[in-house]
Amino acid sequence: MKLELRGITKRFGQVTANDSIDLVIEPGEIHALLGENGAGKSTLMNVLYGLYTADEGVIELDGIVQKFSGPGDAMAAGIGMVHQHFMLIPVFTVAENVALGHEPTKALGVIDLAKAKQQVREISERFGFNVDPDALIADLPVGVQQRVEIIKALSRDAKVLVLDEPTAVLTPQETDELMEIMKQLAATGTSIVFITHKLREVKAVADKITVIRLGKVVGTAKPDASTSELASLMVGREVILTIDKKPAAPGKAVLEVSHVSVLDDRSQRMVNDVSFEVKAGEILALAGVQGNGQTELAEYLLGLRKSIDPEAKTTINGIDISTASVREVLESGVGFIPEDRKTDGLVSEFTIAENLMLNSSFKSRFTRGLSINFGARKKIADELVEQFDVRTPSSETLASKLSGGNQQKVVVARELSRDVSLLIASQPTRGVDVGSIEFIHEQIIAERDAGKAVVLISTELDEVLALADRIAVMYRGKIVGIVGPETSREDLGKLMAGVTA
Amino acid sequence: MSMNIQTEEKVGFKAPIVMSSLGLLVLVLLGFLGREGMVAFEISRRTDVVQLPAIDVDSSTLGIFSGIVMIAISGFALWRSMQNKRTPIWVLTVYGAVGITVLLGWLAAGATVPVTFIAGTALVLAVPIILGAMGGVMSERVGITNIAIEGQLLSGAFMAAVVSSITGSFTLGIIAAMVTAALMSMVLATFSIVFLAQQIIVGVVLNVLVIGITNFLYQQWLTEDGENVNFPGTLEIIKIPVLSDIPVIGPILFENRITVFLALVIVPVLWFILFKTRLGLRARAVGEHPLAADTVGVNVARTRFWWVTIGGAIAGLGGAALTIGNAGAFGREMSGGFGFIALAVVILGRWHPISAALAALLFGFSIILRVWANQVSPGIPTDFITMVPYLVTIIAVVGFVGKSIPPKALAVPYTKG
Repeated sequence: MKLELRGITKRFGQVTANDSIDLVIEPGEIHALLGENGAGKSTLMNVLYGLYTADEGVIELDGIVQKFSGPGDAMAAGIGMVHQHFMLIPVFTVAENVALGHEPTKALGVIDLAKAKQQVREISERFGFNVDPDALIADLPVGVQQRVEIIKALSRDAKVLVLDEPTAVLTPQETDELMEIMKQLAATGTSIVFITHKLREVKAVADKITVIRLGKVVGTAKPDASTSELASLMVGREVILTIDKKPAAPGKAVLEVSHVSVLDDRSQRMVNDVSFEVKAGEILALAGVQGNGQTELAEYLLGLRKSIDPEAKTTINGIDISTASVREVLESGVGFIPEDRKTDGLVSEFTIAENLMLNSSFKSRFTRGLSINFGARKKIADELVEQFDVRTPSSETLASKLSGGNQQKVVVARELSRDVSLLIASQPTRGVDVGSIEFIHEQIIAERDAGKAVVLISTELDEVLALADRIAVMYRGKIVGIVGPETSREDLGKLMAGVTA
Repeated sequence: MSMNIQTEEKVGFKAPIVMSSLGLLVLVLLGFLGREGMVAFEISRRTDVVQLPAIDVDSSTLGIFSGIVMIAISGFALWRSMQNKRTPIWVLTVYGAVGITVLLGWLAAGATVPVTFIAGTALVLAVPIILGAMGGVMSERVGITNIAIEGQLLSGAFMAAVVSSITGSFTLGIIAAMVTAALMSMVLATFSIVFLAQQIIVGVVLNVLVIGITNFLYQQWLTEDGENVNFPGTLEIIKIPVLSDIPVIGPILFENRITVFLALVIVPVLWFILFKTRLGLRARAVGEHPLAADTVGVNVARTRFWWVTIGGAIAGLGGAALTIGNAGAFGREMSGGFGFIALAVVILGRWHPISAALAALLFGFSIILRVWANQVSPGIPTDFITMVPYLVTIIAVVGFVGKSIPPKALAVPYTKG
């Protein structure tokens, strides 16, 4: 089926997320939609999928204009979508998730589960997915969950399959498998729209590339275009893909962690007997695919979770913080950039100045006795806004009004302006524009050079390779290896998949 | 590749500790220090076709025997805990049954325990709670918190009494009760789905509104003209042939008013719809992850609206069970917190119709226990006795039910994008 988007425009209030976008996808083609976070790719696909209605423009399938009033219409027309955040119900089984919305039924509307399972098994076998229809979604690794999403789309006879950032949650090996699946599907005539910001993947699998920037199509390319050419199209200027940094000069150990095991909210052991140390003046990266215990380990270091292993011991500059409260940890000299600035990093209904004093509200430079020293706060906030290049009308602007990159700079400013000896940066550049990424990376390296110990938790291999002095790879709650920054991507990929030499 | 992740939850020793202390208390207080006298457990009523002999036991002997059984079961629970395994639910049920039996036997030393009467009345008293809880399950499963169950019971009770009195038809009374409560649900649904209002606030406001209106009408109208508008009488008791002749369960289950029968039918039917049919799958999907349901073409707003509305109608029926199904007339604020108990029951039953209904029965039992204990042994402080079922509930919740996980999208308004 040939899909054609013509002049799609979508506005949210003042913001034009899609500006007159044209896109043609031929049958059996893998068409990569390349662009930075926030370029408008997902909005465009949500328009295509009927979740949003376009303000202008038309969608045509095989030359016939379509009017989608909801995802149901889009699905009926043969468009399937694998969302970046999976649209699966964790407490349902695979078969129930696949069947939902078009359930095979017997008399009285009773679900024919046997038939639903059979359908899952058929599609699963056809593409070698190896998915158990009776498994609960919550129990499945993300890679398998993604296959369930693909089965869901195929079970509805999707002729056009949209994959929104499908590799964000996968190991390099799972990514390779996904690409094989994409090629297989394309060979059977399914058109695929592959949304991503990862150049390597685009070059490996796409037949055609369309680059989107700030809601506009800025160019098309063939997969044999060079990486830097694609990158500059995407970003709009030449980018420095590597950061200059001096070799590390590690000093004494700042953070020492031994035999830590942590449970998550579902009582599952997410961190399993982890030990490591970080020295002053070095960056230790905790790499790994999302969901392998990094989040829980970071929460443990901050004092939000306790270790279930009584042997566990954690010290900062020799002081035991194993049973310390969050405030004691912060006051012992820890700066923490949380992985999700929206839920943990900022109070979006607070102003920038208020956010900047969030973790120094007691006996700090912001206070005078029991009250806030508003004059001092204004002055400090203005200085930090200037120093950290936060693009805002004033320090009294609400955090929610800032772009993702600028919000993140506020978090970084807050943490780095305190007197810390250890910085824990969890996904410091997730959902941040390239300009801000560079800035934040420079700040982190400056911290290291100033003799601070840095723990960088990142799922982006590029970021890990650019910043780390040592790389600890986490897999299923364990550190499966600590390697140097010169390690090849391939070897890191193997470690991330749990393959140890 | 599909591997299951193992949880490492510790079963813990809370349950065996509490269970063995209770067993010890029973052994000492109700056994060794127990009351003198024989107790007759009267299984059949005099009117029953099939007569079973009453069981006579000595009250303190029963106490000693039960105490030992309870301690033995605690020992088994301890052994399970040491292996980090949960004690099976049926063992706990036996424990609970022994506990209740010994309590009844102690209270009625020198007298009789009318088993069918107590169980039957517990069921009748539980019906409004059961139906209220079913309304709660229906709305919470699709993600809408319904605090207004209390108000729905009250308005149902009022409408059933008044409409039945005026028209002389119980059928019309029941319909009026269900429609009124359903209309309340529609208000709640509209505010939560269309205007994305805070559901708790809407529910509280509805409750206050219904209390105000019914109090006003009760004072100004029902007390003035009670004979014409608040004198409906009660529904006829239906005996189902053959089934009602079965000893024990016959009189308890098959000789009742239509409201009780409806409750007994609605609970399993709701379970079936919720877990076996397309409608139920979609409803649960909407309550867990509305966006996911939306992306496969399930209409979230419509699903929520109708489940909440029909749930309201069922709660209204529960209100009718209060007046024409039991008391016979409307009284000021006569729902008396049953709606809130129903909400608690929903959580205790983990949003499962059958577990919720069983939990509601426990509350029904505790109400009849208070009344009966007062009659059979006036010396014992009844407030203390009334605590017992709740104590059992707390132990059950803390020790065995574990963490109850509500539908993920509960009380979260759904907006696209």
